[in-house]
Amino acid sequence: MPESVIAIGDALPYLLEGSLVTLIVVVGAMVLGLVLGVPLAAAQVYGPPVLRRLIGLYVWFFRGIPLLVFLFLFYFGLCTALDVNLSAFTVAIIVLGLISSAYQSQIFRGAILSLPEGQFKAARALGMSDLKAICFIVLPQALRLSIPGWSNEYSIILKDSAVTYALGVAEIMARAHFVATRTYQQLPLYLAAGVIFLILTYAGTKGLRLLEEKVRIPGYSPQGF
Amino acid sequence: MEEWLYIQTEVYPALMKGFWVSLQLILPSSILGLFIGIMIGVLRVYGSRPAMAAANTYVALFRGVPLVVQLFIWYFGLPYIKIYLSPFIAAVLGFSLCSGAYHSEYVRGALLSIRRGQMLAAQSLGFTKVQMIFSIILPQAIRRALPGCGNEIIYLIKYSSLAYMITCIELTGQGKILASNSFKYTEIFLIIGACYLAMTSVASLVLNRVEDRLRLPGFEHHRI
Amino acid sequence: MPTPILRIENVSKRYGKKDVLKGVSLTVNKGDLKILIGPSGAGKSTLLQCINFLVKPDEGRIWLDGQEVHYAHKRDLYAYRQKVGMIFQDFNLFDHLNALENVRIGMVKVRGMGNPEAKERAVMELERVGLREHMYKYPAQLSGGQKQRVSIARALAMDPKVMLLDEPTSALDPELIGEVHSVIRDLGNNGMTMIMATHQIGFASSLANEIIFMEDGRILERGTPEMIFCHAENARTREFCSKITELYGETR
Repeated sequence: MPESVIAIGDALPYLLEGSLVTLIVVVGAMVLGLVLGVPLAAAQVYGPPVLRRLIGLYVWFFRGIPLLVFLFLFYFGLCTALDVNLSAFTVAIIVLGLISSAYQSQIFRGAILSLPEGQFKAARALGMSDLKAICFIVLPQALRLSIPGWSNEYSIILKDSAVTYALGVAEIMARAHFVATRTYQQLPLYLAAGVIFLILTYAGTKGLRLLEEKVRIPGYSPQGF
Repeated sequence: MEEWLYIQTEVYPALMKGFWVSLQLILPSSILGLFIGIMIGVLRVYGSRPAMAAANTYVALFRGVPLVVQLFIWYFGLPYIKIYLSPFIAAVLGFSLCSGAYHSEYVRGALLSIRRGQMLAAQSLGFTKVQMIFSIILPQAIRRALPGCGNEIIYLIKYSSLAYMITCIELTGQGKILASNSFKYTEIFLIIGACYLAMTSVASLVLNRVEDRLRLPGFEHHRI
Repeated sequence: MPTPILRIENVSKRYGKKDVLKGVSLTVNKGDLKILIGPSGAGKSTLLQCINFLVKPDEGRIWLDGQEVHYAHKRDLYAYRQKVGMIFQDFNLFDHLNALENVRIGMVKVRGMGNPEAKERAVMELERVGLREHMYKYPAQLSGGQKQRVSIARALAMDPKVMLLDEPTSALDPELIGEVHSVIRDLGNNGMTMIMATHQIGFASSLANEIIFMEDGRILERGTPEMIFCHAENARTREFCSKITELYGETR
């Protein structure tokens, strides 16, 4: 057993560097997903019927196909076909972000729909335009309600990011595999990778719970969440 | 013409082969996963203290570690302690254990949502604890857990593509081989994507149908 | 010589096959307090929401200060809504903002006022409704009566010319009704023009200069409180008034 301990010890700095790569991919994807997901959700709730249909199609498309297939399609397929030179790292963020935007849009949509209709009405009665009402009244509430769903999304993207190893992104899993095949200490290294992921999952979820606590509206506990 | 011939002689047979392997992965894994999920879910609510703790640890571990890592452990890791699994078996094992952990979350939530009165009534009729769980509580809880579990099965369909990474050549794997040989990455992966879209869409339709079929009048539950 | 401030002509609204409003006309003079009474489903709430175009009327025209409101022009509509304050039955305070911010947000985001100025005004309005010491509380930490008073302050901060009050006390526990009524009474004494739907006829008769009885989407009868409550001509009005007196007559 000491051999395996030594192998893990030697590989640890290398693996931790990988977790930095993992975290950058995850944060990048979540931000992209948020930036796309919020307008998608607002448009799906308040937009004209044609737009709603289109967004429904977008969500269906990105939720119905495996991540691995998207990664291959974008990296080996579209990047070559469109003649754009993107690194595996960039493609990983874009693909994870696009998929996440579909999921995040549904989180926000649910949150928007759960707000009482009166909030919107009262904003209108003050003379706010629909856009203002959405930006200042609906979204600040909906985003708070979305944090639990969001923290779930974080742990999903974190775990999915391990799949980007298939493109050669130098994240935790890729590095663990690299060391494992050279030192023949497969099991210990994969377990070590698993432990790092566990720590990242729980640290992130904990962080988001603190955020939720921090932005909680005093005395407010919405039904159904 | 040449294109068409290529599709007929190369693409179609390869994808069909891959599709069958995918189905052979998905069906047993989803059934086994659901079974594990129900058992673990019951243990987490009604189990003895140690059983509860063990079940909770299992769930925390399998939900906290990426499926890829789990698959690598089963396939590339276990030989380290002299256990050798075929890629197929390792994949089914990995899928079932992982999705079981997720299913158990929904089952647990559903079990906790059943009103206490149901249990009191069962106990007053002289049901044993096991009888009560399996004939009164679970039939109600399953209905409540169904939307979540259904989602989980759809996830499983998509995650079955990861079997490729432990050399179990299913739909995605066949696509990768075809694409590498022909350099038609975009076309091939669009077709593969369409196959998965079809599978996930059919599955969600069937699951909604099942949900409707099992719906009881006045027994509220929410579709996610 | 009374000056008409709000004129409503022939407002109609139908939902599917049901006519909710069947051509209602109404003129409100400056300083008037008009009370809408009538059974639920009579169209009082729809009428008030139509006046503010929160519900788009199918037919009808509305003038404020002699100017017709073209609600299809968004800019006109938003400007008009600022001048018409709305108080809801269920308060509709913005749940993510505290009392002060609730009052302030309209001034900042809609009227484009600067933050310090808006804050000063918000504090003043909250003081007017007697809630200065509660201004940092969130809606969920306020009682129903306090919430409704914040919502009145929120509307007042926009300097409305007319206030529409849609059963402002019907979601309140009886012991909280008084505090809201006294705020409304102050408003009336200061010359605010108001249209209010309510079942509190005791309060209504003490303050209103006209009672309007609605039923089935129409105005059936209108007149001074004394006329409507004591000498109504229409049998339906009499029936309704006697029922409602039994229920709410005592409350002032």
